[in-house]
Amino acid sequence: MLRSEILPSPAAMHIPDGFLSLGVLLACWVLTLIGIGIALARTRKTLGERQVPVMGVLAAFIFAAQMLNFTIAGGTSGHFLGAALAAILLGPWAAMLTMTTVVAIQALLFQDGGLLALGANVLNMAILGPVVAYGFYRGVRTLLGNRRVSALIAGFVGAWISIVVAAIACALELGFSGTSPIGIALPAMAGIHALIGIGEGLITVGALALVLVTRPDLVEAERAPAPSGMRWVWGGLGIAIVLALLSPLASPHPDGLERVAEDLGFIERAQEPLYEVIPDYVFPGIPNEVLSTIAAGVVGTLIVYGIAVGLAALFQRRKQAIT
Amino acid sequence: MHLHALDTYLPGDSLVHRLDPRVKLVLTVLFILTAALIPDRAWLFFGLLEGLILAAVLVSRVGMGIVQKRSALALPFLLAAVTVIFARPGEDALPLPGTLWAISEAGLWRFLSIVARSYLSIQAAVLLAATTPFPDLLWGMRALRVPRVLVAVGGFLYRYLFVLADEARRMLQAREARSAAPEGRKGGGTLIWRARVTGAMAGTLFLRAYERSERIWAAMVVRGYDGEVRVLSAPLLRPVDWHVGVGAGLLLLLLMVVARVL
Repeated sequence: MLRSEILPSPAAMHIPDGFLSLGVLLACWVLTLIGIGIALARTRKTLGERQVPVMGVLAAFIFAAQMLNFTIAGGTSGHFLGAALAAILLGPWAAMLTMTTVVAIQALLFQDGGLLALGANVLNMAILGPVVAYGFYRGVRTLLGNRRVSALIAGFVGAWISIVVAAIACALELGFSGTSPIGIALPAMAGIHALIGIGEGLITVGALALVLVTRPDLVEAERAPAPSGMRWVWGGLGIAIVLALLSPLASPHPDGLERVAEDLGFIERAQEPLYEVIPDYVFPGIPNEVLSTIAAGVVGTLIVYGIAVGLAALFQRRKQAIT
Repeated sequence: MHLHALDTYLPGDSLVHRLDPRVKLVLTVLFILTAALIPDRAWLFFGLLEGLILAAVLVSRVGMGIVQKRSALALPFLLAAVTVIFARPGEDALPLPGTLWAISEAGLWRFLSIVARSYLSIQAAVLLAATTPFPDLLWGMRALRVPRVLVAVGGFLYRYLFVLADEARRMLQAREARSAAPEGRKGGGTLIWRARVTGAMAGTLFLRAYERSERIWAAMVVRGYDGEVRVLSAPLLRPVDWHVGVGAGLLLLLLMVVARVL
């Protein structure tokens, strides 16, 4: 009973063993090892001899904080993953290592996520999550200026996107492995986690607000100088765009819904006008479809970013008008 | 109230318990790798692997029931794979009456193979955690060349997890005690408010953890800590470790190769 209480699997993203193909496993492990290697070297430089105790206790914090929950409605409750809060308060490199340890121990000790699949789970939750969260946090903060409320808005955006990006990466890995068709897995995972991400964002903002009041030095101290900060912004945006690019490629065969559509003749019917417009194309459907999906993904990413910044700017102006 | 129930280790004195943690770690990973490499629908080999793991559970005497109960933890994730049943195109697709969906045989076999692989793998991981104290696992990982800092951070996590989980539990209890829900009235405020309270709890927990880590670091420096994590050198493997390790390892490799060739 206690195990289930401390193991809420907040974002239902811990992939067990047996779900990923060998190629996907290897690719994830390579990316994960590179990320951890760099993070180890960087934190050794910045934290020095404090590296082990600080990151160790804060990893325990993330683990314990995942127990905290709040009722949403009808028996469901919002939980906390913590990648974004860790990235904002500790900086992305230290956050990567603390989250890596958390994810690894969840797998080793509690079998929450597989051992071979650990490479993928660490990549999603401990590397992509913190990097993207920090990138978007810094990006929104730079755009909004150095005010308290801008830190909170940026924290919300970073926390939300960290959950969604981890979920999308998880869906892509399952899709590339041929475990669940990307046409179903991606919208389902992204949709569910877009909601879960709101809870994560709200908790992160609450935590940030408290830390800003009591220990503002912790939020400011970790702010890297501007040039390296911008690198994180571009890095975060880059990862989001790469994931959008990968989405249409992850499907080796038409998925269930497309198959149903094909069976019923919808696809032929839907494509007929296209053939008429561009009759010279031999395979008009495939390249166009892929390209348009990629374009849609990139545009979507940019739109989300734009909306976040726009909303934030609007909020700012109203706030200024009041004061 | 303390959260010792978090510890998944089940004390015992069996061959599996006494086996060197390095050997157990390597064999567990090899077992999961074998399960991953056995092709879809090779039910005979999935059965043989299940026989192997059940034999290991019997030898360890931790109890068949508890291993199966803990292994059920991975099952909810199977929901993510269910869709593959409807997704594999094939001539044998069987339309579901009344819906637009069709079950394909290839998809169904693929799904059942994923079920078999994930259940086999999690049983092995459960057995490893149940028969090896966590400090031994960390030590084994260090001996297998996992970066020293990561292992040390893992050790700290484990040491303070119980302290911080206790604190989180006390906070939840305090919130519960202050959250009255009078008859006929909805308690708990708005969603945003509830989330903010939880956020403030997370923030408080963070600050307590951060300040604790500063005290711990200071105490370590006082005792001569210089940022270097030192560990005792690993003892040699005993003959029994060699026998079990090499024997089981070769058996798994054999299964893997035969299953791939057949």
